[in-house]
Amino acid sequence: MTTEISPEPASKTTTMTDAVTSTGSKVTRVLGALSLVSIALLLAFGLLVSPPEIAQGDSVRLFYIHVPSAIVCLYIAFSITLVGSIIYLRNQSTFWDLMAGAAAEVGVVFLGFTLVTGMLWGKPTWGTYWTWDPRLTSTAVSFVLYLGYLAVRRLDMDPVARSKRAAILGIISFANLIIIRYSVAWWRSLHQGQTLDPRDTQLDNTMLFSFVLGVLALTMTFAWLVIHRFRIAWLEHQLEAQQLELAIAERTSQGPTGLAHGGA
Amino acid sequence: MGWEYVVPGYLIVFGVLAIYAVSLIRRGRRLSEQLPPEKRRFLD
Amino acid sequence: MIEHARLIAAKDLKIEWSSRVLTAQVIPFGVLVLVLFGFGIPPDRRVLASEGGASRSLLEQASPGLFWLAVLFSLLLALNRSFAVEAADGNLDALRLAGFDPAGVFLGKSGAIVCELLVLELVVGTGAFLLYGPPLHDALQLCAVVVTTTLAMSFAGTLYGALGAGLRLRDTLVPLLVLPVLAPVLLAATRATESALFGPSSEGWAWVGFLGAFALLYLGAGILSFGSLLEES
Repeated sequence: MTTEISPEPASKTTTMTDAVTSTGSKVTRVLGALSLVSIALLLAFGLLVSPPEIAQGDSVRLFYIHVPSAIVCLYIAFSITLVGSIIYLRNQSTFWDLMAGAAAEVGVVFLGFTLVTGMLWGKPTWGTYWTWDPRLTSTAVSFVLYLGYLAVRRLDMDPVARSKRAAILGIISFANLIIIRYSVAWWRSLHQGQTLDPRDTQLDNTMLFSFVLGVLALTMTFAWLVIHRFRIAWLEHQLEAQQLELAIAERTSQGPTGLAHGGA
Repeated sequence: MGWEYVVPGYLIVFGVLAIYAVSLIRRGRRLSEQLPPEKRRFLD
Repeated sequence: MIEHARLIAAKDLKIEWSSRVLTAQVIPFGVLVLVLFGFGIPPDRRVLASEGGASRSLLEQASPGLFWLAVLFSLLLALNRSFAVEAADGNLDALRLAGFDPAGVFLGKSGAIVCELLVLELVVGTGAFLLYGPPLHDALQLCAVVVTTTLAMSFAGTLYGALGAGLRLRDTLVPLLVLPVLAPVLLAATRATESALFGPSSEGWAWVGFLGAFALLYLGAGILSFGSLLEES
């Protein structure tokens, strides 16, 4: 955006690497500004301009962040994790390994938003924060599923072995996501009539516009967060490699006795 | 009706987003300092 | 592959047999969990059964789910033990270096878990019938549920146990990974057991099919991925 002061030249010359002191870049600054503008618009339209819904009242406003964050984490974030994991297993691409991890972490944050806003919507609509609604229940289980994935990524072990385990987990977790969603839906459909379905909501034009704004705002925010998270993961990866090099250099400098000592 | 649930929902979501974003930026700055400049970006 | 699987399974079962951990610790744990559920759910409270209006105790009504929860918790102990044995002296590395087929190792370790679980289910299941007193509507269906659930739990459990193998955090990591994954299995097993115990059987067979599909899926996933999991673990 024009208001941004970005001293970075666009070309990939040595001056660019000199200027890097953070995970920000021209792209993320523009993306960040656009996200902020769209979030401001979302707040204006979602909370002020759009009318309350006939049946649900004002609580329909939660949908403008609930549904978009569900879309972002389930359809974008965890799909990136799945694709990244598959590519990593095929060609050991560091980029896709780190990307899979970055998308999963931001995805879990958005899944958390989906849960919280879903429960807050349920209280005025169903009279309780928690019902054993299929989507709510399966979202809660999926949340823990991906927390497990992130826990594996944080393990203190050989980086290559860890990436491999994480990639396998990233693939199976996606399959589990689908299994959990369908089995829970099946379970509930057998024992209970359909509860008030959020998809039945009647939206007029300003409400629809608020909803589209929500999708735009949260998707751009997601992209911004993932780029930053990826760059952090890259920095950590480089640091880890550097420390390994240092350790090896130290050990070799100690000579053969040092090797014999630490080699066991 | 419903505002008492809408407002906390928006506060939680955008509050957490803000905290998460700031923490990412600070983490990025801190980690960048520990590496030589040519290693700070994924360029491939 | 089958021969390797048989060797590994025989080894694991021999270790279990000689150490008596399964019989002396895991099975009593499972039975104790059943008793403890009785403290959590008031045993005298009765509920109306859905059809006919005959009243059942709440415990009896919940017995399928409670039984499978007890099995699930015991599975975590068995898994932990199965991979603690391997991690102790870098055994998984040794198996790989000795030229064992990874798919065979997976089948062997999950096969041993299957045997242990079946023994456990026999004892804990008898305990559940005695303590909770549910009726038995369809014995054949109950057997089908037990077999498919045991396979599903063992295959998925072994795969995730290997993911945590050789790690300091294994004790806490493996339950975190396994429980959400087995949530659909618990759900399906509970529903299928309910219909096997209380009838009608029709819905139960659909869930048995789901359990079988789940087991097959994890059988495939385990065979395919165990090679890369065992490398450098």
